[in-house]
Amino acid sequence: MSILVGATTRLVVQGITGREGEFHARAMLEHGTSLVAGVTPGKGGRRAVDDRVPVFDTVAEAVEATGANTSCIFVPAPGAPDAILEAVAAGISTVFCITEGIPALDMIPVVAAVEAAGARLVGPNCPGATSPGTAKVGIIPGSIHRPGRVGVVSRSGTLTYEAVQAMTDAGIGQSTCVGIGGDPIIGSSFVDILRLFAADPDTEAIVLIGEIGGSAEEEAAAWAAEQLADRPKVAFVAGRTAPEGRRMGHAGAIISGGRGTAASKVTALEAAGFLVAGSPSEIPRLLRAAGFRG
Amino acid sequence: MKIQEADAKSLLAAQGLPVPPWQVAREPEAARLAAERFFAAGAERVVVKAQVLVGGRGKAGGVRLAASPAEAETVARAILGLTIKGIPVRKVLVSPAADVVAEYYLAALIDRAARRILVMGSAEGGVEIEEVAARNPEAIVRIHADPYLGLLDWQARRIAFALGLGAHLRDAVAIAKGLVATMRANDADLVEVNPLALVRDRGPDGASTERLLCLDAKITLDDSGLPRHPELEAMRDLDEEDPVDLEARRHDISYIRLEGTIGCMVNGAGLAMTTMDLVKRAGGEPANFLDIGGGARADRVAAAMQLILADPNVRAILVNIFGGITRGDEVARGLLEARAAQTRTVPMVVRIVGTNAEEARRILEAAEIETATSLDEAAAKAVAAAARSTPVGGGNGAEVTR
Repeated sequence: MSILVGATTRLVVQGITGREGEFHARAMLEHGTSLVAGVTPGKGGRRAVDDRVPVFDTVAEAVEATGANTSCIFVPAPGAPDAILEAVAAGISTVFCITEGIPALDMIPVVAAVEAAGARLVGPNCPGATSPGTAKVGIIPGSIHRPGRVGVVSRSGTLTYEAVQAMTDAGIGQSTCVGIGGDPIIGSSFVDILRLFAADPDTEAIVLIGEIGGSAEEEAAAWAAEQLADRPKVAFVAGRTAPEGRRMGHAGAIISGGRGTAASKVTALEAAGFLVAGSPSEIPRLLRAAGFRG
Repeated sequence: MKIQEADAKSLLAAQGLPVPPWQVAREPEAARLAAERFFAAGAERVVVKAQVLVGGRGKAGGVRLAASPAEAETVARAILGLTIKGIPVRKVLVSPAADVVAEYYLAALIDRAARRILVMGSAEGGVEIEEVAARNPEAIVRIHADPYLGLLDWQARRIAFALGLGAHLRDAVAIAKGLVATMRANDADLVEVNPLALVRDRGPDGASTERLLCLDAKITLDDSGLPRHPELEAMRDLDEEDPVDLEARRHDISYIRLEGTIGCMVNGAGLAMTTMDLVKRAGGEPANFLDIGGGARADRVAAAMQLILADPNVRAILVNIFGGITRGDEVARGLLEARAAQTRTVPMVVRIVGTNAEEARRILEAAEIETATSLDEAAAKAVAAAARSTPVGGGNGAEVTR
């Protein structure tokens, strides 16, 4: 088993005829993902990705024709909030928004509406999720994975790849890897994803990859201390050398008023029973040290 | 993006919020002329305030009162000579001084955990809210705006009553709602009025009336919102911006200069921060944060190299690319091209993994560039290379060892 994406995933890619959309749709197909439909308004009736995927004008039509239950959005920032709402209105239960650069205030009503509809949003500005061997949704390179029993959740993109590659090289596989995104307003928090891992019998250990800014790592630590007490937990926090008051690339990665520092996050995670790595390369060793035998 | 107080006040005024009149001056003489106008309009004193994008200007002597135009000029001259937290003061704001009866704090900001706009108010104005939060958290009222409708009237009334502004309810409600409206109209992350002041006006007959006035204003804009507010781009303060920041933005590169000697070029923000952390862990100091973004092409690699080498402190460069969308061989070729075009060369350690990493390694090794397989190894090699390399004499861009 796995979380969010897996054998039952039937994926629709919104923005499939764009350069990014088509490139990553192909990689998702190659990973064995059940990619059943694409949506680009005005291009309904065509086929994308070498004729392998039918394109629809609306998500509702795609859902009706193909039974899609999961969406992956590559629509540019001005249209992305609407694309999320369209997916949810069409009955899609899990939406991944890869798009970067959506104004934070646009996302406030969107996350509220997604929540009210009982759907789940991951992102925006996230790399997606991969359950190695069964489904890959988003842009995480498929080659870095190995099927296994460690759940990975991260706010970052390439840093996640770095950590996952280190695990795979050490023979440690993953149940699901989830990138929740680096924006200030995101659909799923660390805690939301940890809750899914906690309920997944095939996830034996947790790797959490955080970074400076906000308090999501501290909230995750508090939750994990109670609910994941018995599972091996390893964390890494990026930005120990980041200066105060400067946005470090991600819109959400900023220390302000002395809050959101790496030190505060490391302290909270350690107090919650996480072993905190000083480098991504230490993650496999710390997983073993925490008692992971998979 | 941070904007200056004067610009913040103009955004508040555009939403109908009460702000005192002001004039920005770059010269002491201009400050005197502005003061003359305010005195002629009946001001008893004027306030002269340093316009810098850092906090703590009051404590640094950057806010002073003047009782005459001549004094305003003197005070402005003193403030224009200040450097506050490393930023030279290049302009001052001149405003009529208010007769303050009481000071409050009011702000609207994004609450990430709640995923809502949070409006915070306190009857303890004029001091930093963090200080109030630490000393007397009960003194702060917090209300989350409706995610669809913004701050509702009843919510604004609750804030007004909590601040003890029942006697000025209508104005207080309008100001609280106005902060949220200002936020939404401009895609701001933060709209802070501190202090929001109750001021006393005296009429010609000597009778006094009280009203609320936004005496100070601080606004930060969401960079992601700027593309749809081109008019706000004009508020970017180029005085306080490092020219390299402009150059970085032009190439869509995320760059932040730091104090160290090891220049870093990385794809991805989280990995870029991690690379800096590992440089530090290996005993070095990062010279910068630099994210070249996804799918970086040769021209962007070249621009990144130029940004790094423009910093005279840089004594080694660490390139760390985890190829997914980004193709390693393309980055390697870009590095060689960029290197060929540079006048100043410093030792470079390159680590490229992922897509086409093998080809990248062949290209780099043929050009005798030091490579590394792991990030830890790359950081250690870069620190060693920086230690070997001679410091640049006088920052004149002389050839350093290879």
